[in-house]
Amino acid sequence: MEYLTLFLGAVVVNNFVLTKFLGLCIFFGVSKNLSASVGMGMAVTAVMVMSSALAWLVYHFILFPFGLTFMTTAVFVLLIASFVQLLEMVIKKHAPALYNMWGIYLLLIATNCIVLSVPLLNIESNYGFLLSLVNAVGSGLGFALAIILMASCREKLRLADVPKSLEGIGIAFILAGMLALAFLGFSGMI
Amino acid sequence: MKNYWQIFKKGIVAENPIFVLALSLCPALAVTSSATTALTMGLSVMFVISMNNIVVSLTRKVVNPKVRVPVYITSIATIVTVVQLVLQAYAPDLYDALGIYLALIVVFAIILARAESFASKNKVVPSFFDGFGMGSGFCVALVIIGIIRELLGAGSIFGVKILGDWYNAPLIMILPAGGFILIGYLVAAWKILTTHMEKKQAERGEA
Repeated sequence: MEYLTLFLGAVVVNNFVLTKFLGLCIFFGVSKNLSASVGMGMAVTAVMVMSSALAWLVYHFILFPFGLTFMTTAVFVLLIASFVQLLEMVIKKHAPALYNMWGIYLLLIATNCIVLSVPLLNIESNYGFLLSLVNAVGSGLGFALAIILMASCREKLRLADVPKSLEGIGIAFILAGMLALAFLGFSGMI
Repeated sequence: MKNYWQIFKKGIVAENPIFVLALSLCPALAVTSSATTALTMGLSVMFVISMNNIVVSLTRKVVNPKVRVPVYITSIATIVTVVQLVLQAYAPDLYDALGIYLALIVVFAIILARAESFASKNKVVPSFFDGFGMGSGFCVALVIIGIIRELLGAGSIFGVKILGDWYNAPLIMILPAGGFILIGYLVAAWKILTTHMEKKQAERGEA
């Protein structure tokens, strides 16, 4: 039950993009078309789960026992960035088809706040290993949900007559505001 | 001296990190529900970006271009850790208020972008001014958003009550949704301002 609550919470109630403002750079950057945002959502989820697992192990077996917790931020950033780079190389070598589909998104994720924040929040909230993974999957899917919704809206918006000064990023922000309002409806759920 | 002023100035208006480049948006929304946290965040980023530009510029001839990104990240992470420790020691309340977003300065696109596009190609002093200008632009944007959100959402600025009890604060300004919508309109306002300024400059150039 605890797992389910956490999972649902991460997907809709505490949606990372719309309530915690994380991952906005890619949220606005990639949401211009739908297929790209599906790929991005999947790539973020995958990277987030793997890097959460890795970061949890490093924190609990290296940083904490040796009293190096003040270095958490620096270590996590380097860990995730190098892990993503490695992942990119492996996928390029062994699954070129997959690489052609999602490869370009991987590099964008390497240093991104949403991927860094989930491992950090897992440590901060003292989650166990499994709970951390559940949180990562939920947060990743929440991100995917938000970016796919946003991309669908923006594709429709292309046909609309937007005032000149609001064109581009301006109207995208207002749209995100509307989505955030809609997600507010979930807030009493858990 | 004039050159340095130019480098400094472009970060504030013409290439404002938030309103024009739309980089590092996460903190622009997350910590701006009050002006105080917005200012702290702005100053921290200003410090990190200036220091990092100095470090990157100093080491630009030593670092092999192939490994430059990890080197930049290490440098940024070190500086951010310093800021974290200082704030934790001297301003624990602010440290708690900023929470995870302070650690996330490490991955702000704007810092890496300035290191890559400016500091790795220029001398130390111009690099410092570039970082300082960009950081100030970031700080100004954050404080503007923070002041508006706090004034409308809580009737106060920097924790000081401005509007009396008659003011029935709409909760939406403190909530995420209000932040998104406000930034949307501010981006539009900035666009109008900069196009107006460019037009003026062009007129003066012709005359």
